[in-house]
Amino acid sequence: MSADRILKWVTASFAMIVVVLLCGIGIMLLVKSWPAIHTFTWHFPLTRLWDPVQGAFGALPFIYGTVVSSLLALMMALPLGLGIAIFLVELCPDRLKGTIAFLVELLAAIPSVIYGLWGIFFLVPWLRETIEPWCIEHLGVVPLFEGPPYGIGMCAAGLVLAIMILPIIASISRDVLETVPNDQREAALALGATRWEMIRTAVLPYGRSGLFGACFLGLGRALGETMAVTMVIGNRPEISTSLFHPAATMASVVANEFTEATGELYLSALFGIGLVLLSITFLVNLGARWLVLSIGRLPQGT
Amino acid sequence: MRGRLKGLMGPLCAVLTIMVPGISRAAETLLINGAGATFPYPLYSKWFYTYHQQVPSLQFNYQSIGSGGGIRQMTAGTVDFGASDAPMSDSELAAVSQPVLHIPTILGSVVLAYHQPKIAGELHLSGPVVAEIFLGKITKWNDQKLQALNPGMTLPDQAIFVVHRADGSGTTYIFTDYLSHVSPVWKTAVGTEKAVNWPVGLGGKGNEGVSALVKQTPGAIGYVELSYAIQNKMPMASLQNRSGRFITPSIASVTAAAAGVKMPADYRVSLVDPDGADAYPMSAFTYLLVYQQQKDARRGKTIIDFLTWAIHEGQTMAAPLHYAPLPTTLIKQLEATIAGITLPKG
Repeated sequence: MSADRILKWVTASFAMIVVVLLCGIGIMLLVKSWPAIHTFTWHFPLTRLWDPVQGAFGALPFIYGTVVSSLLALMMALPLGLGIAIFLVELCPDRLKGTIAFLVELLAAIPSVIYGLWGIFFLVPWLRETIEPWCIEHLGVVPLFEGPPYGIGMCAAGLVLAIMILPIIASISRDVLETVPNDQREAALALGATRWEMIRTAVLPYGRSGLFGACFLGLGRALGETMAVTMVIGNRPEISTSLFHPAATMASVVANEFTEATGELYLSALFGIGLVLLSITFLVNLGARWLVLSIGRLPQGT
Repeated sequence: MRGRLKGLMGPLCAVLTIMVPGISRAAETLLINGAGATFPYPLYSKWFYTYHQQVPSLQFNYQSIGSGGGIRQMTAGTVDFGASDAPMSDSELAAVSQPVLHIPTILGSVVLAYHQPKIAGELHLSGPVVAEIFLGKITKWNDQKLQALNPGMTLPDQAIFVVHRADGSGTTYIFTDYLSHVSPVWKTAVGTEKAVNWPVGLGGKGNEGVSALVKQTPGAIGYVELSYAIQNKMPMASLQNRSGRFITPSIASVTAAAAGVKMPADYRVSLVDPDGADAYPMSAFTYLLVYQQQKDARRGKTIIDFLTWAIHEGQTMAAPLHYAPLPTTLIKQLEATIAGITLPKG
């Protein structure tokens, strides 16, 4: 066999490992969660009650917690990350560029348990004593900001997640903006555009599919993040409109309860949560693919 | 490239020379595998280390993966012994293909730790009042029922901030078992489990998560292991026992709890809310789980010897690590149980 053929088969088998792994994990989750699926059927992801004593298991509060905390994080991290990327590519003096980019990427290297500790010992007391009392006093009429200032809760989880996904969004966005050809910028400037107009009309639209990709990668990380969120979210399977109320996520309940879970139904319900989490992550990635492709087909620039 | 390889050879050779005698020694060393509870792990690892010093041909490999994991490993037959904070249920025992013995090793106990800078002195609580706090029925520190238990103490008009464990744990099992014993409402509304559907409060992960929340939040109350509260110097509430006395949680008052209980042959007994004037009402055994019929003579003999050592010499090592040793009244019965472990003939 020629070296080319060997290379082809070897690399193809490597690629197949990923496919097999993914299918294997999916099948394992399906098999292990079967007792729960069989017992609760499609009510499982739509039920609000999670009671290990009664053997009643519903995933809805955890789905809600995961989705809302991740979206909250994305809402905070996206403008920040994009802003950082624009600054680094378009506006930053060259001698600062390397340092700032390095520091942003360093954020990604901090282990999540460290974020959790920082969250519980710094962020949570600060939220409880400063931010939340103010919000409750001045904005308390809005359901988003009502309730006692626990510190811990959805808001703290969203903030910690935002910081954790910021480096992903910032550094990918930066790479995307770097690939925008200079012709594009010069053309806009030649038409008399200001810096801001140039970025808005020529740079961002050109890179939008990549920017969406950055967004979804960040979202993917947020959906699956376990340790840091578990430490600050309050772990209460409850659906509440207030950002200051405790909540729970799918990843956190699995991490919390798996070690001590006994009984077939209880264990399979936890596997069921894992299956739901995998499905949601899968759907988000599928959606991202579709969005990136359909945006890519639109005409570039405006 | 070659230079880099050369650089690697040195450490590689060093690793190999360390490993080779290790391999040859492994042939004589007996490795006993166990898995289970995390709560007694600090003591167990000290036991295993000390015992290994005394019997160098024996080594323990204990994975503290949690009680549920320990029971699962016992059921699957992948370990020589398991460890659990809660006794195995009848259905769990039935799932194992052979008889399993529960050997209590030490006592664990749960205390109510609080953070209320505005009160001086030791807070007194009773079981029904604790249940009402954790049911969300008592919400203020100056509630009449709390005031009645603490006459003469000025209690502040402040909200009670309830903290519980978020992760499944033996600690939660002891706590909810106690509340189910003292409060019929708790028993029907919530029940006893390692993780429950909490009516109120925030969940912290692990003893450290609960204590972090309790320590930093004025007005907080939560439950943690006794050893954890002692080590972290957290204020603990005295709890009223069956005889009406308020008992400060301590190693002695926990051991007293086990002494007052009528012991069944399999030791699967709840120690919460016991009789006994000095008994602290919220404690439980933690167990080693062993197969009653050992398949391998040498392994079986080793396990018997170790268990015998653990209930005698081993007990003296418990108190310095803030675990409560077994009451001396129990040791005779345990010796008989351990003697009941059978070895294969021949």
